[in-house]
Amino acid sequence: MNRSFIARNPSVLVFLALLGLFTLVVSVLSEGFGVGLISTSFVKTLGKTLCLCLIAVAMDLIWGYAGILSLGHFAFFGLGGYMVGMWLMYERTRQIVVNSLAEGVLPPTPEEIQAAIGNQIFGVVGSSEFPLIWFFADSLVLQLAFVVLVPGVLALVFGWLAFRSRVTGVYLSILTQAMTLGLSLYLFQNASGLRGNNGLSGLQNLPGVTAPQSAVSLWFFWASALALGLGYLLVAWVVSGKFGSVIRGIRDNEARVRFLGYSVESYKLAVFTLTACIAGIAGALYYPQAGIINPAEVAPIASIYLAVWVAIGGRGRLYGAVIGTAFVSLVSSWFTGGQAPDVNLGFYTIKWVDWWLILLGLSFVFVTLYAPRGMSGLIDLLVRKSRGEDT
Amino acid sequence: MKNFLLVVLAALLLTNAAPAQTNPVQDVLQSQRALIEKSSRRSIGPAIDAIVSSGLPQMQEVLEAWRAKDMWQRKSDGFFFAAKKNSDGTYALQSFDSGASVGDFAKSDLKQLKPNSGIRAMIATALVQFQLTDPDISKRSEALDSIARDSEAALLAPLRASIAAETDPDLLVRKIRLNHLMTMTYDADTASRVEAINNMAGDLGVDYRGTLNPLLSTKIEITDIGDVPDANIATDLRPGTENFSRQTAYEILVAAQLAPPEVTVDARDAALEANIVAGRVGGLPVAQLSTEIKRNAAYDTLVTDGLAAPRITATDIDESLAKHRFFEVYAEPSAEVTTAAKAALAKSQSRVAVSQAVDLGLDALSLASIYFLAAIGLAITFGVMGVINMAHGEFIMLGAYTGYVVQLFIPNHTLSILVAVPLAFAVTFAAGVALERLVIRWLYHRPLETLLATFGVSIALQQLAKNIFGTQARPLTSPAWLDGAWAINDVIAISYIRIAIFILALLFFCLFLFIMKRTRLGLETRAATQNPRMAASMGINTDRVNMLTFGLGSGIAGIAGVAIGLFAKVTSEMGGDYIVQSFMTVVVGGVGNIWGTLAGAMMIGGFQKGVEWLNPSNTLAAQTYMIIFIIIFIQFRPRGIIALKGRAAGD
Repeated sequence: MNRSFIARNPSVLVFLALLGLFTLVVSVLSEGFGVGLISTSFVKTLGKTLCLCLIAVAMDLIWGYAGILSLGHFAFFGLGGYMVGMWLMYERTRQIVVNSLAEGVLPPTPEEIQAAIGNQIFGVVGSSEFPLIWFFADSLVLQLAFVVLVPGVLALVFGWLAFRSRVTGVYLSILTQAMTLGLSLYLFQNASGLRGNNGLSGLQNLPGVTAPQSAVSLWFFWASALALGLGYLLVAWVVSGKFGSVIRGIRDNEARVRFLGYSVESYKLAVFTLTACIAGIAGALYYPQAGIINPAEVAPIASIYLAVWVAIGGRGRLYGAVIGTAFVSLVSSWFTGGQAPDVNLGFYTIKWVDWWLILLGLSFVFVTLYAPRGMSGLIDLLVRKSRGEDT
Repeated sequence: MKNFLLVVLAALLLTNAAPAQTNPVQDVLQSQRALIEKSSRRSIGPAIDAIVSSGLPQMQEVLEAWRAKDMWQRKSDGFFFAAKKNSDGTYALQSFDSGASVGDFAKSDLKQLKPNSGIRAMIATALVQFQLTDPDISKRSEALDSIARDSEAALLAPLRASIAAETDPDLLVRKIRLNHLMTMTYDADTASRVEAINNMAGDLGVDYRGTLNPLLSTKIEITDIGDVPDANIATDLRPGTENFSRQTAYEILVAAQLAPPEVTVDARDAALEANIVAGRVGGLPVAQLSTEIKRNAAYDTLVTDGLAAPRITATDIDESLAKHRFFEVYAEPSAEVTTAAKAALAKSQSRVAVSQAVDLGLDALSLASIYFLAAIGLAITFGVMGVINMAHGEFIMLGAYTGYVVQLFIPNHTLSILVAVPLAFAVTFAAGVALERLVIRWLYHRPLETLLATFGVSIALQQLAKNIFGTQARPLTSPAWLDGAWAINDVIAISYIRIAIFILALLFFCLFLFIMKRTRLGLETRAATQNPRMAASMGINTDRVNMLTFGLGSGIAGIAGVAIGLFAKVTSEMGGDYIVQSFMTVVVGGVGNIWGTLAGAMMIGGFQKGVEWLNPSNTLAAQTYMIIFIIIFIQFRPRGIIALKGRAAGD
């Protein structure tokens, strides 16, 4: 099965090979283990970009293949980040607290340690009690399970409600947008138990690890690359089989697929939940590299950008999603980071920090109108040219 | 002229030379001279009373001078004068009786009276009765304000005395009301206090409730079991009930020194640390004390050795609590007054609750009209045409900025609003037509792509506004006649600007209905939306109709922007605050039906205000719950409150 799957999809193999090569090159050039041409912060940027590519692959599965434009997948991404962030923050604070309490005359009791951790973490929102949702924060295994389970269950419940009542098309898009808006507003409250608008911070420090950030950044880079590779493989496998045919059928004509006897809702729900889980994993890898997560990350705009990346890359093609995301997010950070040279027109100086979003917005309109297949359309063109076919 | 001067001079000489003539003010002051000179808060009372009860009109001036430390005593004869410092360092004295100048004196000949703050407060109280009958209305009004601000028993009599002579009807009403309020607290006669309380029962005024509440203030008293305190008891408290935990009860006992304090964890640990001998304490090695049980055990050993105070156990607490009774006792001694006050307050509170419900309803209506105003443009573009326009919020922003720019050129706020409304419509109408021509018409059969393309327009417009106007909020000032609020009573109040927005929303509602049902454009729009090909073959220029309809929806968004800008901040991100809610309003209400949009706005506004009322501190939570509510609501009515039926309902 596997062999035939790869044989039927040579592009998967090409992608994995390129990803492996990219990982190797970055490792060799990095500060941590290589010659030091690539700075640690840039390794982190690249690692984060790989995570964004992973969620873009998930987005491509649900939008490009199943035709469901979800404007809420960053909610799942953020939840994954929060889940892993809770353990990172709890464990690191615990170590600091234990060290500082050890200087006292009496050895600390478990109650004292717990109270001190609570004070450290929640002092900023005027509380010291551990909310119930932090009950398992001391267990890495459980929190890692939650990275998949929490977004998965949320997607399952939300999707079940939405698909059951036949909410489709733009209505579903708006509803998913409302979901992520609701989540972000909820997280903004101090009473949410996740530190309100302060979010979780200090996530780049792994508890109990003394290795320098240059090494840690590479570990996360490798993990992100591995996750992207596996995620890509999984999604490519899902869309290649019969399941893939059914969801493409749903995209093209939902009613007809339903009349053929398929349970359309179950298929949609399965895709929605699967992509939410992948998004959760991507978030769990992203935020330890970013170092901080706060509710603004799950604001509706983030999910819309995700759709923008996939659309520019070319939806309905997994590598398109990856290319679009990598290109747009890297170019974005280059322009908004102030590194791009200003253009002096004599009467007016174009500062890219100010004008980049306008350019992005307009290019997005352009892509939607004139290049619905996005950047991967260009690749198609090249492939056909090289094969000598007519376009 | 010369004669006249001579006469004046003679008069002056006469005043100086003949102090024996009638000086009633000075006589009163001299009679109280000892007390005034002593200047002690405890003994000054009779002196002030004598001054006030003399009934002399000049006494107001005396009291004012005294309070301002401008009253001086002449050392030679002990007479009191108003003094003013001259530029050469001497003091010009003035008689209180005649107001005539007495001459200049060196500081060494005089003694200044320096009343302390306690005496000054008493003088101020005494002054009030003069102010209450002052011929100047504003003075009287000020005096009433100051009494209402901090009233005291002594002011009741002068207030009552001044009522009869009051000529101004407004002030008369205020005086009578204040008299009632003060009677409740300060009157010596219980019956008249109860009567005053009952007379005003159910009044909504904050001052009334503010007067009743202190009457009902309680404190907790403890007696031995079996005893009953000799006081006006509010309730009998039992430790261990919901509002009065055993812990609180015991803490009260400790505070009253009727029970030994509990040994806190900190105190226990401090005792343990203080008694470490050679790495051991209480018979246990220090390293083992890492649990509460071990620490308690070590501490108990210390107690047996007599090194620490014993811990208070649950049994100890039980015993102490069983020995005492706890009461909530009114500070007010009279039971009749507290009973009447309690009943009156309950009546007021139930009326306040009704008023608050009405107020909440008005709030909800106002929020609903804001949502409606923001959504009505969408009801046209999304509801009727089926085009998702993510840039709708930016059109609202565009309208608001148009209003701001107009105000830069036209400083008159009324005029500028009148200019801004049509201009905002024109600007956003043009923007909408441009968007429709350039982008949307190519995407009529691909709704998801319309969503994304208009989103691109949205971020570009937002950033453009940021580049032009900066990130800080810009003011859009409403005309002066829209300032303030319409207060129906002390609880219900609604600002004029919200009323204006409500009227505007209503106006647009009618306008929309008129255009859709009564004009050719409306007819053509409905035809072109239901079946574009059929409409086209009937000779309708569907291209033009789509363009105009989209422009109309966008233009209304612009006007909504002006209205929203009047009470919210104008920023480049303001559109984003409304876009999701607007879509929700249209979706919940039911697409393609303006009545549905109205119902959706009412429901969302009402629900949000309802949640805010349950949890007033947290408007974020209200929005979260609202979204959850909408998601669940869609389960039961997937097509909205008012769903289209038949062919028009096709996907």
